[in-house]
Amino acid sequence: MKLLFYYLIFPGFIFASIIGLLTVWLDRKVSARVQWRQGPPWYQGFADIGKLLYKEVIVPEEAFGSGFIFAPLLGLASATLGVTILCVSYFNMSKGFIGDIIVVWYLFAIPAIALIYIGSTSGNPLSSVGVSREIKLLLSYDLPMIIVIVMIASKAGSFSIRTIMDWQRINGSNISNWYGVIAFVVAISCTQAKLGRVPFDLPEAETELGSGILMELSGGVLAAYELSKAIMLFGLPILLIILFWGKGIIGGILMYLLIVVLLILIKNTNPRVRIDQAMKYFWGWMSGAAILAGILAHFGV
Amino acid sequence: MDVLKKAFKKSIWVFHLSTAACNNCDIEVLELLTPRYDVERFGIKLVGSPRHADALLVCGSVNAHAKPRLLEVYRQTPKPCLVVAFGSCGCSSGIFRDSYSIVGPVDKVLREIDPDVKIVYVPGCPPKPEAMIEGIVMGLGAV
Repeated sequence: MKLLFYYLIFPGFIFASIIGLLTVWLDRKVSARVQWRQGPPWYQGFADIGKLLYKEVIVPEEAFGSGFIFAPLLGLASATLGVTILCVSYFNMSKGFIGDIIVVWYLFAIPAIALIYIGSTSGNPLSSVGVSREIKLLLSYDLPMIIVIVMIASKAGSFSIRTIMDWQRINGSNISNWYGVIAFVVAISCTQAKLGRVPFDLPEAETELGSGILMELSGGVLAAYELSKAIMLFGLPILLIILFWGKGIIGGILMYLLIVVLLILIKNTNPRVRIDQAMKYFWGWMSGAAILAGILAHFGV
Repeated sequence: MDVLKKAFKKSIWVFHLSTAACNNCDIEVLELLTPRYDVERFGIKLVGSPRHADALLVCGSVNAHAKPRLLEVYRQTPKPCLVVAFGSCGCSSGIFRDSYSIVGPVDKVLREIDPDVKIVYVPGCPPKPEAMIEGIVMGLGAV
């Protein structure tokens, strides 16, 4: 019963989607202000989801019906589960378990895999181009992020979220050291790619592929996808806070806003890269930087 | 359902379709996204796929070549959806009305497959941005 409450209400589905949709609004508002526009009202994210639920769902003829509808729900469910595990440990509601940070990172990979399934089943040529890009992007950003997570976990001596936070409470935040700063840059690039935001929005590429991988989604299916994206937008900054800052809730809110605004500014000041550039960036520069951060962490700089 | 209907009015996603337009309307549409007229205040945004769209913005007098495309995109759009016949050409085929290649304005073509289609007419060559915003608002009253 308690677990169900955690999963569905606080800090799971309802809480995470409210905060996530407000963050989506913040994203659009700050983007608008950067472009000297006024931007949408605060309820815009909720209105979008409500509108999409109101519309009819069209399943393409080529699509394998039930999978086309259930894959986004699977993505939504696993994103919610990831956020719940993170927040339950962060708000100190339970001890968590050994290896939960690895579990969370792979739960956050499931929405992308669900999206790959939808894109490839929808039978649209532009979607299939988006699918190939999404697969390459998934492979490329996973490597540096895993190196960063392993580095921080080995520094703290455990793969458990609570231990990583406790270690930082005693020994100071990771971000206050040089290795932490380098690893933070790597992690924020990977976050941007995982959320499919502008320098790395190759799978969607609205001006190039016309929404690419999302092209055949409509109505409630699209609403499930948008909601899982909003929840990820809430969850991934929390993951970064746990990895690099690891302290209480009041500062955590400020840190959250800081990370989100940083992500928005990266989105607004960069053009879209090509897929080969993205892979070179992640496998070359970012993996190199992550290994450098690991070496620095070993010497305690 | 009332809440969802209200949400629909607050969040219109527009797919812009050009059916043999002279490009003047297409340029004018972009004005809506600039700081001066910023339609994102009302939740309106342009999307890249007709599957996501709530409103089809159709510019141009429809010619024989563009007609099957227009019908196909209309079929692909999830209902309920709104069609905006944009500019003099969209409303009435404009000065190209008697040309051999024109098969009729937007409403005539769409009523062939769906007699109940909701169409908003925004005349002008090209219409002013204020006229477009007013057109969308009046159309929402009809939904």
